[in-house]
Amino acid sequence: MTTTPDKTDLVSVTIDGIQVDVAPDTLVIRAAEQVGVQIPRFCDHPLLAPVGACRQCLVDVPDAGNGRGFPKPQAACTLPVAPGMVVNTQATSEVADKAQQGIMEFLLINHPLDCPVCDKGGECPLQNQAMSNGRGESRFVGSGAGGVKRTFPKPINLSPQVLLDRERCIVCQRCTRFAEQIPGDPFIALVERGAQQQIGIADNAPFLSYFSGNTIQICPVGALTSESYRFRSRPFDLVSSPSIAEHDACGSAIRVDHRRGKVMRRLAGNDPEVNEEWITDKDRFAFTYAVEPDRLTYPQVRDEDGSLRPASWPEAFAVAARGLRAAGSVGVLTGGRLTGEDAFAYSKFARVALGTNDIDFRARPHSAEEAEFLAAHVVATGPEGGSVTYTDLETASTVVLVGFEPEDEAGAIFLRLRKAALHHGTRVLAIAPFTTRGLRKMHGTLVPTAPGDEPAALSSLLGHADHGLDARAVVLVGERLATVPGALSAVAELVAKSGARLAWVPRRAGDRGALETGCLPGLLPGGRPVSDAAARVDAATSWGVDSLPETPGRDGDAIVAALLAGDLGGLVIGGVDPHDTTDPAATTAAIAAASFVVALDLRASDVTRAADVVFPVAPVTDKAGSFVNWEGRVRTFDRVLANPASLPDLRVLAGIAEEMGTPLGFRTVEDVWSQMEDLGPWDGARATMTPVAPTAAGADADSQGLRLATWKQMLDNGTMLAGDKHLAATARPAVARVSRAVHDACGPTVTVTGDRGSVTLPCEVADDLVDGVVWLPASSTGRGLLADLASPGSRVTVTGGN
Amino acid sequence: MTDVTGSIDTLTPVLTQDWDAERSWTLETYTARGGYQALDKALGMAPDDIVAAVKDSGLRGRGGAGFPTGMKWSFIPQDNPKPKYLVVNADESEPGTCKDTPLMMASPHLLVEGVIISSFAIRANHAFIYVRGEILHVIRRVQAAVAEAYAAGHLGKNIHGSGYDLDVVVHAGAGAYICGEETALLEGLEGRRGQPRLRPPFPAVAGLYACPTVINNVESIASVPSIVANGAGWFASMGTEKSKGYGIFSLSGHVTTPGQYEAPLGITLRELLDLAGGVRHGHELKFWTPGGSSTPLLTAEHLDIPLDFEGVAGAGSMLGTRALQVFDQTTCVVRAVLRWTEFYKHESCGKCTPCREGTWWLVQTLGALERGQGNEADLDLLLDQCDNILGRSFCALADGATSPIVSSLQYFRDEYVAHLTHGGCPFDASASTAWAGALTGASTS
Amino acid sequence: MTLSTETRAELLEIAARYPEKRSGLLPMLHLVQSAEGRITPEGIETCAEILEISPADVSGVATFYTMYKRKPVGDYHVGVCTNTLCAVMGGDEIFARLKDHLDVGNDETSEKRPGDQAQVTLEHLECNAACDYAPVVMVNWEFMDNQTPQSAVQLVDDLRAGVEVHSTRGPRLCTWREAERVLAGFNDGLADEGPAAGPASLVGLGIARERGWTAPEGERSPRAVDAAPAVPSEPADAPRAAAETDDGVAEAAAVEQDSPTSKTAADKKEAD
Repeated sequence: MTTTPDKTDLVSVTIDGIQVDVAPDTLVIRAAEQVGVQIPRFCDHPLLAPVGACRQCLVDVPDAGNGRGFPKPQAACTLPVAPGMVVNTQATSEVADKAQQGIMEFLLINHPLDCPVCDKGGECPLQNQAMSNGRGESRFVGSGAGGVKRTFPKPINLSPQVLLDRERCIVCQRCTRFAEQIPGDPFIALVERGAQQQIGIADNAPFLSYFSGNTIQICPVGALTSESYRFRSRPFDLVSSPSIAEHDACGSAIRVDHRRGKVMRRLAGNDPEVNEEWITDKDRFAFTYAVEPDRLTYPQVRDEDGSLRPASWPEAFAVAARGLRAAGSVGVLTGGRLTGEDAFAYSKFARVALGTNDIDFRARPHSAEEAEFLAAHVVATGPEGGSVTYTDLETASTVVLVGFEPEDEAGAIFLRLRKAALHHGTRVLAIAPFTTRGLRKMHGTLVPTAPGDEPAALSSLLGHADHGLDARAVVLVGERLATVPGALSAVAELVAKSGARLAWVPRRAGDRGALETGCLPGLLPGGRPVSDAAARVDAATSWGVDSLPETPGRDGDAIVAALLAGDLGGLVIGGVDPHDTTDPAATTAAIAAASFVVALDLRASDVTRAADVVFPVAPVTDKAGSFVNWEGRVRTFDRVLANPASLPDLRVLAGIAEEMGTPLGFRTVEDVWSQMEDLGPWDGARATMTPVAPTAAGADADSQGLRLATWKQMLDNGTMLAGDKHLAATARPAVARVSRAVHDACGPTVTVTGDRGSVTLPCEVADDLVDGVVWLPASSTGRGLLADLASPGSRVTVTGGN
Repeated sequence: MTDVTGSIDTLTPVLTQDWDAERSWTLETYTARGGYQALDKALGMAPDDIVAAVKDSGLRGRGGAGFPTGMKWSFIPQDNPKPKYLVVNADESEPGTCKDTPLMMASPHLLVEGVIISSFAIRANHAFIYVRGEILHVIRRVQAAVAEAYAAGHLGKNIHGSGYDLDVVVHAGAGAYICGEETALLEGLEGRRGQPRLRPPFPAVAGLYACPTVINNVESIASVPSIVANGAGWFASMGTEKSKGYGIFSLSGHVTTPGQYEAPLGITLRELLDLAGGVRHGHELKFWTPGGSSTPLLTAEHLDIPLDFEGVAGAGSMLGTRALQVFDQTTCVVRAVLRWTEFYKHESCGKCTPCREGTWWLVQTLGALERGQGNEADLDLLLDQCDNILGRSFCALADGATSPIVSSLQYFRDEYVAHLTHGGCPFDASASTAWAGALTGASTS
Repeated sequence: MTLSTETRAELLEIAARYPEKRSGLLPMLHLVQSAEGRITPEGIETCAEILEISPADVSGVATFYTMYKRKPVGDYHVGVCTNTLCAVMGGDEIFARLKDHLDVGNDETSEKRPGDQAQVTLEHLECNAACDYAPVVMVNWEFMDNQTPQSAVQLVDDLRAGVEVHSTRGPRLCTWREAERVLAGFNDGLADEGPAAGPASLVGLGIARERGWTAPEGERSPRAVDAAPAVPSEPADAPRAAAETDDGVAEAAAVEQDSPTSKTAADKKEAD
């Protein structure tokens, strides 16, 4: 926790005649902000280490606090306050004003006059500060024989996405400092020197960082631009709306800039508690999926001839209601993109309209152990209740990562962990099969663990001489751990015995909200156990119904099995990609086997093509709502675009329910909010977890082949990455990570074969890969590993690729 | 004896003492002439006593800035558990400066002995000699001296049975004037771009590898053995009140006998010119630099200022590295200043705006003036550009860039104007060359 | 990778000289130049890999320092000092003459004509710390003191023709690549070649010897032990000291036959 310094700890300084008390070590440039003086600056950035390069922030310091002044103007961005210091900025000092004007003049002599065509024009710190702190006329062009500006061919690609215009660059080093200090991707650097100094990359080594777009945003001139946005619009034509990123469970604040109903770009918002001022490139650039040509724009119903035909909303509601009634028992599968409000609607729709607890948001491999773990340890926790927060990561003694690769799966956590490790001494331990690039950047330590052996690895941390945990430790559990029997039980035991704190990090933005709103067979909204009669009554009362179904429902896999077995007739499915599920073939077959399928989706897919009624639903830009991030923090956002034809899932479900004669009592997001507020979190007893024993070590020792380790890379074949080819070109290539021995025996291209098929791809050696393991990216090839290869943790064989 | 200042000779060879000896660079010669005896004496002293002796001697840094060497050493926090380092700044690159290069070529063991004693004094077990890469034979000689010193037990483990260990690495630079700036040098030594670091922290607290580090010039370190051997009082008996000891004065340019003259600080250019046979025959002194191109130009009116830190400062310049570049009346000052300015532009590291952009612009403004383009208002613009650079940049490089411009405008403004009225340079450049010595001067119009 | 395993091993060896391996980068890049004739992308990648830093960081270093060349350098790198003092003393003329003679621009390499044994790369240099020998030319970073346009033309002609050339204050000239290897810290055994000092380096000492000038005697002068003649403590010793040192000066000066500076220095002495 940050503590507000005692009044007595403060340092008193006088800036432009105004006395102000600031924390010790505050830089003068920021102390000045507190008295309302904006000292012009370029290289300075509050989240980057001071560099003092641009010299724009020169101020006069007649008294350094010791009675003596500095003979020369000082850079306010590198000068910490001292008690009694007197500072005169451009507001009161001619010396400071002239110094600043002189620097501005130097910056401008070589800066091109292409503001009218520059992306930054209109939101450019150089442009703005040249107006406020520069002279009106150039002395450069009139001096001597007439000044000759430095020129460069422009622009050059630093990566497939990020371009550099060297003429505009003022080499403030914000971008290179960001790359090195924040994500640890120093693939851009200062090259050349003197007047030729510029930002550059090495030959054949582009600026491939998951966080590269931040450099564009913090560039104080128009030197860095993106292929995606370059020349697309003018800042003053854009409307900016704050929002929350939908690509992961981080809850990162973003700003969506749009023009005439179209999103033009996205920027990082500034939320010191969450993502600070950084977002991933996925959060920044992956938004065009919503305007792909396959976007659904009207409801469809299956015609008598078997084809889907357009339908009016009322007709579609009626057909869906009729079909679901006729189908008898119906299951509900939701995907990971739902807002909390939409998830609440599915949860209520299942219980009230369909009368079932057969609902599961986990459109991915999952387990009953996981459901119990979530009910016992995760649901209905949040920062206000003392859950683990981003800030806690910075003060943690140790952070254990298990089933979780932050750089790929939760970028904001990765950045915060790196900051914690570099600046606060937090030790990062990863229970994983090899040291990833991300782990290396967090200066982390690997606890080498083959898939399936996580329970033993977790247990080994108890009382471990080097890796022992204490109450200041945090265990971050990824959703992938659900696939390892006994692993989540081992986590529960570890935190119980060590006093460490725990947080669960799902991969998708909507998962935590779906958990909180009861999109699980055993949970109602607010963490109410279905098995608890009082909890059911509580919810039924709020919802104005007599009772809620008390039979514990089927989970996702069981719903699939029941559809295939004919035990379930109907299916409501929203935003699920069968290829993400435990058994893609089974899921696809189940959809086909279902007697009646209602699909809610953004874009046409195999699911919508197989459905009986298809409803288009609003993308996240078109609706208000909230995501609950991994901390349990509710991240509410407003609608960005006004698109009356674009309905959120909750409105569709409300329409169907009304036709079914079981109205849900809401039609709008605001209605849902009031229902959620009315219901509130469960204050009764939490569900408890029955520990599951791990699979005995070596139980499959006789099995042939290697164990398959896998997770999704941040940039892969995911459907929400569709539409930005420049972003896609920055994805890490799909390679298998193998041991040296496998590489030498089978490389450089390998074919990996599992019980569902084979995947051929190049391989690279992972030096410390645990014996008997091969790692592949989960969704960077074909239909993804679940469909094409095998389940995570299962045995696969590796052979030479050709 | 040591206390009679009046009896000090005009030239006082100490560092240059062995340069004319047969195979002077070898350990054999050095030892035969008493080398490494100061080391034995030092190893018998308490390190703090060596620091005190250097402090008491009044030795001030010979790399240009003149910071008291002993005081620099005493800033090393001895309660800091990190390793301490000594780094020798042998990146001699200031235009006009050519003293460390012959010293290392002829007497590399004097430097090595100084390194060992100095490292012992600050409790460093690792020292680095950062030699600019462009002086290959000097590097060979220093490398060889270090190898000989290891073989003789002057370096390595348990030196002379004292229990003291020291390793020395000779590090070749790769072409960057800025690495003479001590924090830029550390960057170069750490395998980075030679761009100056933010201070504080100062190197004494967080220098090489963020450890306490002393960085000293070659001549400073090479002076240490003589101070240890002869005592602080001996050293202080030479020189002037605040500028003690001897130093190498490098005369170059239009003098009859350019070369190295080791003398007590405080000698005058007139005295040195007398020794060097005066300005070349038939010519007269026009301007000179007291300590390299970064020190403001002086003229014949400054022939009698004492060449010590205070004396030169009193004349509006700096002692610098005692690099006395002498130019006679055939030399066009605008051409000279333009060339220096081009040098600063070339060597600007690029980190900060005023230096990177300012030197770029200065070259253009000066270049135009040299060609006779522009007008007198450009002279004021030039001064204003300098005003916007001086004291605004990250390090002193850009300050140095303004020195020749501002000082030349102070003394030779008319000559700038002459370029404008003449429509170009009124001087005959060939008259200034070494082989034009017999010719008469330029036809100043 | 085109770098040999030997070069790789030597790169690792350089990195191991330092408490932190990144310190090895400057000499490592010198070795890359020695092996490859320039800084190559492969060399950058290899250094990056060994030091576990990004290729961009290595590139940033390789482009900062002027001794690193991205274009192939000839067998002999001929640098003409054109900083103010040397330029004024004739460096500009020398540089202009060489450009014309070699038909190259700055930082360009001469054509290899029939019969040429070697190629020369011409570059103008900033101050190379030899101002008392102005105008100065450097060949592969060895001093060629007190040059004239004529001597410089002869120099490059000799280099191209394969004639053995000695530095005026150093050894027989080796190739640029061999020189780069020394800069990487690998001894070539030439340290003992060449004089201790050139004539200009010795003028002050020579005058002191002549006039019997010395530093005062200290508590214990280390030089007094075996070098008594060189440190006369009594003025009466001065003539003897001067006589002895004159030989030293003459010997050193003899290495530089044509140096105008040494000639005038010698004249000066005779006049005295």
